[in-house]
Amino acid sequence: MSNGDNQGKKYQGKIVKTSVRKIDGLATTQGRPLYVADIDKDFLHVKFKWSPHAHARIVSIDISAAEALEGVKCVLTHENTPKNLHTTAGQGFPEPSPYDTYVFNDKMRYVGDRVAAVAAETREIALKAVDLIKVEYEVLEAIFDPEDALLPNAPIIHDQDGIHAPIPVYYEPKKNHVSHTDFAFGDIEKELEAADHVFDEHFSTHYAQHTPIEPHVCASWYDEEDPHEIGRITVRTSTQVPFHARRITAQALGIPEKKLRMIKPNVGGGFGTKQEVLLEMVCVLVTMRTNRPALIEFTRSEEFVSGRTRHAYKVWVRGGVKNNGDITAMELKVLSNTGAYGTHGLTVMSNAGAKTLPLYRMNAVGFIGDTAYTNMPVGGAYRGYGATQACYGMEVVIDMMAEAINMDPSKFRLQNHIQSGETSPVFKALGEGTEGVEQVIESCELTECIKQGKAAIDWDNKVGKPGDGVVKRGLGMATLMQGSAIPKVDMAAAAAKMNDDGSMNLLIGATDLGTGSSTVLAQIFAEELELPYEDVLVYASDTDMTPFDVGAYASSTTYLSGMAVKKVAAQIKKQILGVAAKMMDAQIGECHVSDKTVKGPDGESVTYAEVCKFALYAEDQFQIQAGDSHVSDVSPPPFSAHFVEVEIDTETGQLKLLKYVAAVDCGTPINPKLAEGQVEGAVMNGISYALTEEFIFNKKGKVLNDTFDDYRIWSTQDMPEMVTILVESYEESGPFGAKSIAEIGINGALPALANAIYDAVGVRLQHAPFTAEKILNAIKEKVKEETAQKVAV
Amino acid sequence: MKNIEADAREKLLDVLRNEGFFGVKRGCSEGSCGSCTILLDGIPRKCCIMFVGQAHGRSVTTIEGLGDRENPHPIQDAFVDNGAAQCGYCIPGMIISASSLLEVNKSPTVDEIKESIAGNLCRCTGYVKQIEAVQIAAAVMRGEK
Repeated sequence: MSNGDNQGKKYQGKIVKTSVRKIDGLATTQGRPLYVADIDKDFLHVKFKWSPHAHARIVSIDISAAEALEGVKCVLTHENTPKNLHTTAGQGFPEPSPYDTYVFNDKMRYVGDRVAAVAAETREIALKAVDLIKVEYEVLEAIFDPEDALLPNAPIIHDQDGIHAPIPVYYEPKKNHVSHTDFAFGDIEKELEAADHVFDEHFSTHYAQHTPIEPHVCASWYDEEDPHEIGRITVRTSTQVPFHARRITAQALGIPEKKLRMIKPNVGGGFGTKQEVLLEMVCVLVTMRTNRPALIEFTRSEEFVSGRTRHAYKVWVRGGVKNNGDITAMELKVLSNTGAYGTHGLTVMSNAGAKTLPLYRMNAVGFIGDTAYTNMPVGGAYRGYGATQACYGMEVVIDMMAEAINMDPSKFRLQNHIQSGETSPVFKALGEGTEGVEQVIESCELTECIKQGKAAIDWDNKVGKPGDGVVKRGLGMATLMQGSAIPKVDMAAAAAKMNDDGSMNLLIGATDLGTGSSTVLAQIFAEELELPYEDVLVYASDTDMTPFDVGAYASSTTYLSGMAVKKVAAQIKKQILGVAAKMMDAQIGECHVSDKTVKGPDGESVTYAEVCKFALYAEDQFQIQAGDSHVSDVSPPPFSAHFVEVEIDTETGQLKLLKYVAAVDCGTPINPKLAEGQVEGAVMNGISYALTEEFIFNKKGKVLNDTFDDYRIWSTQDMPEMVTILVESYEESGPFGAKSIAEIGINGALPALANAIYDAVGVRLQHAPFTAEKILNAIKEKVKEETAQKVAV
Repeated sequence: MKNIEADAREKLLDVLRNEGFFGVKRGCSEGSCGSCTILLDGIPRKCCIMFVGQAHGRSVTTIEGLGDRENPHPIQDAFVDNGAAQCGYCIPGMIISASSLLEVNKSPTVDEIKESIAGNLCRCTGYVKQIEAVQIAAAVMRGEK
């Protein structure tokens, strides 16, 4: 295909590349009732009983007192709910995650696991009833470290009959070994030997949570207006995956999918934690048992502990570099702690290698990935999806390589990063639990990202100059890649029809979490049709009314759903031209669309409204409409370069983040302000993940800091100066040249800050997060060592 | 304008939402995230940790009282124009906070803007476009735009 043909090309658009107002922007700023819980129904409120033990069998459970409490309508436990093994992972079918859970289990596997649920007239009554449920536990030995979990004789966390991986991948639950995957290209040992400098470094990352400001929430009710005999249930849920949610809820409950209608209204943030079918099955079950609407709202504490989290990783990086700057080999090894259930356990792990190793040219490359069960909160999908964790180790070792050969870290990356026209064996080797897909990079402006980012942070003048004072300054950088949708696996579909006044209804499965995808897709549709985007009436994410879409994950909506929408628009354009040609007595080839009209060969024109009325009413009547789907053969990476400037007080270890520069190549930014917003939000999240977010556990596996007071995400008072630079490229396979931007921004902070800390105070922090205590202790250690060496001499 | 009667021991957030003011959000119920911010006699307060009794005889302004489709508040318009609302869940509370600043200070510094919305946590935006939007709204309210 391109081999660099599109280098330097930029799309010139009318509606695309304009920061139009979000379709629902005014509505959200005016507080209209757009979210799941913003409706009035005769709800039963559902509250859960959570396990106090990290590992325990339920010997007996007595719900009689709870059921007897006035106002309680339903109590659910493992004893009275369907027994269909499934995964809660919102992934395509068959899922690359093990079927290791029922709706309610008879064994508790972490503090915060789900024991039972009560549905009652009020929240207070439900909570009272939860306390009246008497449970007798057989407490078992718990295991918290994933390396310990993989040792022989470790307590077995999942010993249910019948658990299995639905696709043919490694799965050894009796060893707590959820996943393993590995590959090697070239001779790594030989290439390490040929290197002038060799590295073998160990890193670790910590538990963190997405903290969407809207916690998980779900409502369900029998649709009294639906006449079908089966009795259909509408589920209004805060989800990233309405279609997967419908399928998995039906599977878990053993009911036909057609009984369910999943609707995603506005969602108050997801970031991956809502790529999970967490509450829907309990909600629907309550509705089925009681015939009442049901509402489940997670508290903030429940969101922290019993929602989903970022997998904590152990990372090992081996690498070799020659004095001339060539990387001879790199091997990435990860051990992912997936917690008590295996949802996303394999794919987050394999993504760690898939979205880091292809970034640099090298002779040999390898990946070894393992995932283990532990008795801890459950890891799930989280923006970055494994790349965030692995990037840390990779980008610090890249800096180490540069230092070893006395090369500036930015120059080292400029010399070695993948370019347009190149490929990597990693693309084919690592997929989503199965083989990946070979691909050649068709668009890459990473060089430009590095150059512009360097300029913005004044890199050349400031790096390597910590100064002599108590407060030292440091600069650090990281370069990144991610993907755009999952090739050959993910599918998006769209449908549209035209109205008398020339406006169009656009029906999309695609899932807007506030990212603005409905707006972006409307822009793509409008661009293709030369229609004002205000004339596009978007309706999305309703499993009854909109065609299928995998949902909002893997940075896929603009790229994949965008192409489906573009295809539909092209077909509609053809129909419009056909009708217009007939109206103007011309050939189709002589007509073209322009600004909501069709222009004929002799200066005449017809408006879209006239065209539609002709099609609907005049002759050979038909509805101008089209539907289509899209699957991608490739997953073109966006690229990014991040730069940070920090000040470190060497007496307290306190780090002050002064400036953060992110330069991103996302192809064509369909809506530049929304694209920048994705970067800015992801960067801020990455920053607090690196510096102040961390789950604190007690010795029995209980989360101690499950509140915003004790788990610090950043406010306006913590902000550095933030600079976002969009560097355009043109990706042929994407709609009007677009790739993706959703995830990549979160991966830069951890490595860039680690590298900046080294630049400032000469210590390498290899275990996140970088608290003041850790920085101070590392500085003290370094001083101690230097003093000891001086004395020895 | 609505007069509400409720039990003094109920939480103001619960009562407001039961009365149909869904723009006031439930994010943490511990007074930390700010998505429940309302104006109590013109002062921004987090109503998830307020008892109704504390609001006895006082006026409460929610986001629904701040502007409408035909006449949006300048802050609302600026937020939409600048792409400052992503998921929107923190936005009503944040706009309420910012509005109380612009009510008394139409030429705020960036630091003053940051302080006015320091109690409104946002996970989507990184705050960059929101701060810009408040600056733009301030200019509009000064009559400059």
